[in-house]
Amino acid sequence: MMYFSRLKTAAILGACLLGLLLCIPNLFPAPASWIPWRTVHLGLDLRGGSYLLLEVDMKAVTKEKLESLVDGVRQALRPGQIFYSVLEPQSDQNRVLLRLRDATKTDAAVAALRPLINPTGPTNTPDLAIASTPDGTITMTLSQVAMNARATGAVQQSIEIIRRRIDETGVVEPQITQQGDNRIVVQLPGIDDPNRIKQLLGKTAHMTFRLVDENANPNAGGLPPPGVEFLAMQDRPGEKIAVRKRIDVDGADLTDARAGTNQQTAEWVVNFVFNSVGGKRFADITRANVNRRFAIVLDDKVISAPVIREPITAGRGQISGSFTAASANELSVLLRAGALPAPLTVVEERSVGPELGADSIKAGALSLLAGFVLVILFMGFFYGLFGWFANAALVVNVILILAIMSLLEATLTLPGMAGILLTLGVAVDANILVNERIREEFRQGRPPLAALEHGFSRAFSTIFDSNATAFLSHVMLFAFGSGPVRGFAVTITVGIVTTLFTNWMLARLLISTWYIKTRPKTLPV
Amino acid sequence: MFIKPSFRLAPDNTRIQFMRGRIMGLAVSAFLSTVSVILFFHPGLHLGIDFSGGVVMEVRTPGPADFTKIRAAIAAENVGEQGVQQFGDSSNVLIRLGLQPTEAATQQAVTRVRAALEKTIPGANIVRTDAVGASVSAELFRDGMIALGVSLLMILFYIWFWFEWQFAVGAVVTLILDITKAIGFLALTRYDFDLVMVAAILTILGYSTNDKVVVYDRVRENLRKYKSMPLRELIDLSINETLNRTLGTSATIFLASLPLALFGGESISGFAVVMLFGIVVGTSSSIFIAAPILLFLGENRLRRDASAAPTQAAPANPVP
Repeated sequence: MMYFSRLKTAAILGACLLGLLLCIPNLFPAPASWIPWRTVHLGLDLRGGSYLLLEVDMKAVTKEKLESLVDGVRQALRPGQIFYSVLEPQSDQNRVLLRLRDATKTDAAVAALRPLINPTGPTNTPDLAIASTPDGTITMTLSQVAMNARATGAVQQSIEIIRRRIDETGVVEPQITQQGDNRIVVQLPGIDDPNRIKQLLGKTAHMTFRLVDENANPNAGGLPPPGVEFLAMQDRPGEKIAVRKRIDVDGADLTDARAGTNQQTAEWVVNFVFNSVGGKRFADITRANVNRRFAIVLDDKVISAPVIREPITAGRGQISGSFTAASANELSVLLRAGALPAPLTVVEERSVGPELGADSIKAGALSLLAGFVLVILFMGFFYGLFGWFANAALVVNVILILAIMSLLEATLTLPGMAGILLTLGVAVDANILVNERIREEFRQGRPPLAALEHGFSRAFSTIFDSNATAFLSHVMLFAFGSGPVRGFAVTITVGIVTTLFTNWMLARLLISTWYIKTRPKTLPV
Repeated sequence: MFIKPSFRLAPDNTRIQFMRGRIMGLAVSAFLSTVSVILFFHPGLHLGIDFSGGVVMEVRTPGPADFTKIRAAIAAENVGEQGVQQFGDSSNVLIRLGLQPTEAATQQAVTRVRAALEKTIPGANIVRTDAVGASVSAELFRDGMIALGVSLLMILFYIWFWFEWQFAVGAVVTLILDITKAIGFLALTRYDFDLVMVAAILTILGYSTNDKVVVYDRVRENLRKYKSMPLRELIDLSINETLNRTLGTSATIFLASLPLALFGGESISGFAVVMLFGIVVGTSSSIFIAAPILLFLGENRLRRDASAAPTQAAPANPVP
């Protein structure tokens, strides 16, 4: 028990040295990019920054899917001359309802709709279930698999779009990750007022180009005719305009958008460029509809509805609509980054200014140091020599905790700092258990070496039992906790592991070396 | 100081008969826990923003804060203000808004209060903003409670697996009593009950379990060592043998937490104060609650062979 082979001694000291080495990256910036340079990250509560938890509106995702299904149904029934009285999406039941005028055509309709079914998901299950009744009512229900696939896709796509939008703002090192099924965490170091980012993320920025329906009058009251909707004008509150539902050109076909000024009017505008598909469609539409009005719609609001003077075939265009420099810029950023598949809502925000973060570091470091000194003095006085051995182990323990956290690139939060301090308490407990046991064995008349041996071996089972329970409960805290509390759980969990090592290996090695050097007749306990 | 120990927290070979005080200990504990449960329902815990939802903003003003002006500015926004109070020194202001009806309203409230503050108090620095919507706060609360519940279950199973069931029941009952007292303490001191407090309670739980395991470990060891010692004497002996360790560990963890409570800053000092309370409760409950419960539960079960050889008393302090 108290014997250490040379190899074992070297391994223990080597581990301590390695720990020290792994701590070094925290003190200096990386000297060269090829050297692995892993450091502990400071949490946003210490360095200042914003944490935003966004929720993807899954209802909107479903609604959009159903609307495109309605479109598909309309097109599928047209060739067979199948007429219907009702065709509507029912979002709350994830289905599209179709009622035929002529019930005898039900089978024909179902046959025509069948090609709309697509296999999805890993098991290739159909994404639609079509059911019909003899009276000519047909329902098409989205399957759970299809909805899940759709949701996953929407979240993934949102993350990509969010990243592009934030990158445009020049925020350094944003972290964007998925959380749960429909949430996205955005962490913005150094940003203590995330208002601008929230504004950027608050728009889906789905832009469409659609023809204006001049026959319908939105201000006369009443419902819009089929295939037409009344949309608000963005810069003229209260005014509405009748726009066809059919999308002629989609904003997804844009390849670039830049803010600029119109040379004649000196107004701020957004210049855009289409890809080849978009450019061709834009050319076709403008050629066929000269002198009609073409609405540019962004998130269900009409930015402007200019009259088409001549066919636009170059694949380029310009949006004007009483922009300021800032709003033109924002729109161009949104158009470049692309549209979000669904609206995002901020459900949680935590922002900490750099000033408060610095204060927290100071307070945390100060109490950490004070607690450490108190514990060291207590151990020194309480146990004498063995107490100082324990203190040496304690210092190495802190180094190892930092080393492992650097290796994991873990995040140090304010509760995490409290966790380190509490770990010191637990580490000292392990030493106290050992020392008390040695003392007890020695006082019962065992010779020094035997007392040391028994002290360590008997105390270890107790140490293991008590640490195992603490380990388990902090793993739980990590699994169910969130944010800074997880940082707390990480430091304690890491601390328990290093405590077992430093106490069981290092403290024992120190005492054994001391014993071999001095061969004492009595123990200083 | 460098070689010999300078002091002991308890003299060696104490023979305090702790089990004599078992009824008293259980009664005091039951009383305190009952009071705590009453405090839990009335006035109840002061839920922090994590669990209640709403908005908390911390503002630093250039000079001493003008509270009437700030209150008026926020009241004008009509965002369900719940408190404007000093936080730390006189230039630090904490603003609380209640839970807003929707997520969008929460975001609007943040933006509007921010703008209002920047207008009324030029140079005001909003150093912290926490805004939590209703769905998230409900989830955080659920997750916090799950973490607590699962931890208790893990401890129960762990102790059950390694010790006899009487130990496990004794430990978990004691831990539940400890937690109720910590919650009573929170209700009394009006600290915000939030995720950090759940972490504090979990830490107390871990620490308290640790303390019980050490005493139980010694009881188990002594059960093997002294085959016929009555359980009551044996538990007393075990507690006395581990007394210096119990006090030593409590003292160090207390010392480690003390600076946090004093200088840890507003957000972490509450955590540390609850820790300090938990250390005192956890240490005393190992001796006065966990051990008596073990005695009641184990009197005839852990010592079945004792009745067979009642006369064969073991030496009180055997020297092998």
